[in-house]
Amino acid sequence: MAEAAAPAPRVRPDGILALGGVCLLAVAPPVLEALQADYLLPTLTRMLAYGLAAAALDLVLGYGGLVSFGHSAFLGTGAYVAAALLHHANRGTPVVAWPFVVSGTSEALIILPAAAAVAGILAILIGAISLRTRGVHFIMITLAFAQMVYFLVLAVPEYGGTDGLMLPGPWRVGGFPVQSDAPRYWFAFVLVLLFMLVAQRAIQARYGLALRGARQNERRLLALGYPVFAIRLLAFTLSGACTGVAGALLADVAMFVSPDLLSWQRSGELIIMVVLGGQGTLIGPLIGAFVLLALEEELSAVTEHWMLVLGPILLLCVLLFRRGIWGMVSRAAYSG
Amino acid sequence: MLHTLAEPLLAVRGLTRRFGSLVAVSEVSLDLLAGECHAVIGPNGAGKSTLMGMIAGEIVPDAGTVLLGGEDIGRLSVAARARRGVGRTFQITELCSEFSVRQNVLLAVQTRFASPFHFLRRADRLSRLAAHVDAALVAAGLIDRAEHPAAILSHGEQRQLELAVVLACRPRVLLLDEPAAGLGLSETEELANRLAALKGRIAMLLVEHDMDTVFRLADRITVLAEGRVIASGSAEDIRADRAVREAYLGEMVDA
Amino acid sequence: MPTGLRRNRQHTLHRFRIWLFLSPNGAPFRSCPMYPTLLLEQTLNGFTLGVMLFLLAAGLTLIFGVMDVINLAHGSLYMAGAFASAAITARTGSFAAGLLAGVVVGAAFALLLELALIRRLYTRAHLDQVLATFAVILIANETVKILFGPQPIFAAPPRSLSGSVELLPGVLYPAYRLAIIAAGLLAALFLWWLIGRTRLGMLIRAGTTHRQMVQALGVNIKALFAIVFAIGGALAGLAGAMAAPILAVQVGMGEQILILAFVVVVIGGLGSVRGAFLAALLVGLTDTMSRALLPWLMRDLLPPAAADQVAANLSSVAVYLLMAVVLALRPRGLFPAHG
Repeated sequence: MAEAAAPAPRVRPDGILALGGVCLLAVAPPVLEALQADYLLPTLTRMLAYGLAAAALDLVLGYGGLVSFGHSAFLGTGAYVAAALLHHANRGTPVVAWPFVVSGTSEALIILPAAAAVAGILAILIGAISLRTRGVHFIMITLAFAQMVYFLVLAVPEYGGTDGLMLPGPWRVGGFPVQSDAPRYWFAFVLVLLFMLVAQRAIQARYGLALRGARQNERRLLALGYPVFAIRLLAFTLSGACTGVAGALLADVAMFVSPDLLSWQRSGELIIMVVLGGQGTLIGPLIGAFVLLALEEELSAVTEHWMLVLGPILLLCVLLFRRGIWGMVSRAAYSG
Repeated sequence: MLHTLAEPLLAVRGLTRRFGSLVAVSEVSLDLLAGECHAVIGPNGAGKSTLMGMIAGEIVPDAGTVLLGGEDIGRLSVAARARRGVGRTFQITELCSEFSVRQNVLLAVQTRFASPFHFLRRADRLSRLAAHVDAALVAAGLIDRAEHPAAILSHGEQRQLELAVVLACRPRVLLLDEPAAGLGLSETEELANRLAALKGRIAMLLVEHDMDTVFRLADRITVLAEGRVIASGSAEDIRADRAVREAYLGEMVDA
Repeated sequence: MPTGLRRNRQHTLHRFRIWLFLSPNGAPFRSCPMYPTLLLEQTLNGFTLGVMLFLLAAGLTLIFGVMDVINLAHGSLYMAGAFASAAITARTGSFAAGLLAGVVVGAAFALLLELALIRRLYTRAHLDQVLATFAVILIANETVKILFGPQPIFAAPPRSLSGSVELLPGVLYPAYRLAIIAAGLLAALFLWWLIGRTRLGMLIRAGTTHRQMVQALGVNIKALFAIVFAIGGALAGLAGAMAAPILAVQVGMGEQILILAFVVVVIGGLGSVRGAFLAALLVGLTDTMSRALLPWLMRDLLPPAAADQVAANLSSVAVYLLMAVVLALRPRGLFPAHG
């Protein structure tokens, strides 16, 4: 890079690779059907949903430098909002009776914004307290708040406590019931794609520049006059809201929600997905979600004690491959 | 003196800060006029850095306040003061080290135009900003290094970049915390030239150990020792002041 | 419905009055958790939980204060202590041997962890520490599952402590729980002596506030870190060993209490052992009190079975609410160790 002004090539190899991946995902349903493997489609949808959650977490973790160990709270909240709306729509009872009446619905175009809104508001509350702290403090506090949400949800007897809640049926999108696996997959795919495009833009916009700058040097950003707290709170809120949407997608694909979605292990897994795929890359966490879920699925088929294999793999990744999968790919693409 | 008649741009009034039983800064007052370079000197531990921290808003004073253009900014946050025109370089350079030189300057330039809450247009493709960034880079002599990450610059270049970043915000008041620290002779000379070129345009509050730089740039000098102002005046006054020589040289004077 | 509601409301009001005007000898009010003898019992229960939390939180907060490391696997040390103690007690029949085994296993595991892994993570980002110690949790839990099976183990308290002590006329309290409180207080006293009165303690204090200076003084920082880690492990192991007779010894027990210990550390102020002690008692009391009071209050609003379940989960929330309130008022906790 001796000639500093030399423009970067417009199309980079990792860009092509990413585009190829997107195309592959786009044609997955007919391809799997042709291979007579369409039983994999719900798994793939689940991976997309987790990928969305992990990419949303990457906004605060990779770009914002804030290690949130409490994202399961938003994932679970989104899932339970979806489940509650469907559940009450089926029963014909209101979700909330006081101070105003909120009735259930099976319309995804209402459910998803509702999941995003509730998870987002929760994120504002949690973020407003925990973002006043740093480092280890922040990690512990987000973890503790997620645990609090876990117990709060358990305390609502209507939603099944530890047993969880079966969803009465699939939701509708724009009035059309989503009965089969393929449309459900498409729906998730479009949402993830939309998120990726918007988030990618936001990261490179003025807001993203400030958010990334605050991770590298908070003192400098403050001295330049940036409202660092507000910038971070917004990232935390948007991340929480998008994670809530991912939770709603998970509820729909599994037809079931349980407090397990809110457990601290879920938060840990989301972090693993982000780091495994490559933090601060957006696409990486999506890959990380696919890899981790596939690994879990494959390992648990081989041995009951698959965590004993996953643990050391994770350790090796932390100690040796800190850039993550996509981080290494794009680095190779840069230098090669 | 002439400038005492003019309204000070920055006025420090009775700033005091204790750490436990130690009084780091005790009732310090000083003025900074528009376009003036006012140097604060004093031996190590005199309270210069604490004073700078209180003016910038990082350290909360126990007493006293700061006025900027007549407005009391003493209770505002660091960022709010910066938005009102307080620019600052640090004793140890503070930059976004993973960002390129250009991105560092861009970060500063964009504060002048709008809030950072814009999400959909790539910041580096906004031509309105790019022109200002290029101008700032040329002025700082860093245009050749524009695409390098800030982390790989030499110490002197990082110093230069930090100054360029702060200037790109167009501050009304520039707080310089030992800008020459760690610089070689020629680099210090270059820095002094740069700062001299700014005189008359930006008000500068300069904390510096290098006395050649101080005496070359400062219109006025305030001397701190053990947290108090022991002398204030023109360079000649200070050179001649007995209390200053005592504080620096430890000359004991018989009572 | 409306009449029932009204009756319930009056009922609640009635109980609230009782709660306010505690009647020292009113037999009808014995079900009220604030009845003095029950209050004493709940306070002691709170102390039991409190000292257990303190034993974990003390290690966590020291490790954080001295080394700036977050160790999620601290709960695994506690679990290891509990399993070791339960296994040895069952084999030898001696509770003392079990207790010793718990402490030794806790310390040894901690030392191993420090030498093999944590040592490489001191200079790394907190994220790396979180991930690596999370991996250790997975490995530890799975290993224990293989060794002892997924079913909980129940251990008996030593025979000499299996009875009850009459604290006040007519008020019995399990001797073993009193012993736990005593042991916890002794451990706190030991830590106070260690940190306040010994050379090692001086280094620990210095390490918490002026890390670079201690390094500059040429202290063998690696050895210091390893010792602090081992002390933390021994305390966690002790907590696990003492918990074995009153809790189910099972996989995952470490994480439940770990999160509560985090809450204690956060409330107490990172790096502060004194803060951890007070916060642990506060959290212990808050938890037991809300557990005692809430079901009683909720019984007026819900059918008894549901009330108990709802109240149990809601009272788990109380501790976190406490944390939220403390943080909203004092973001650095009650007794921050770092300036």
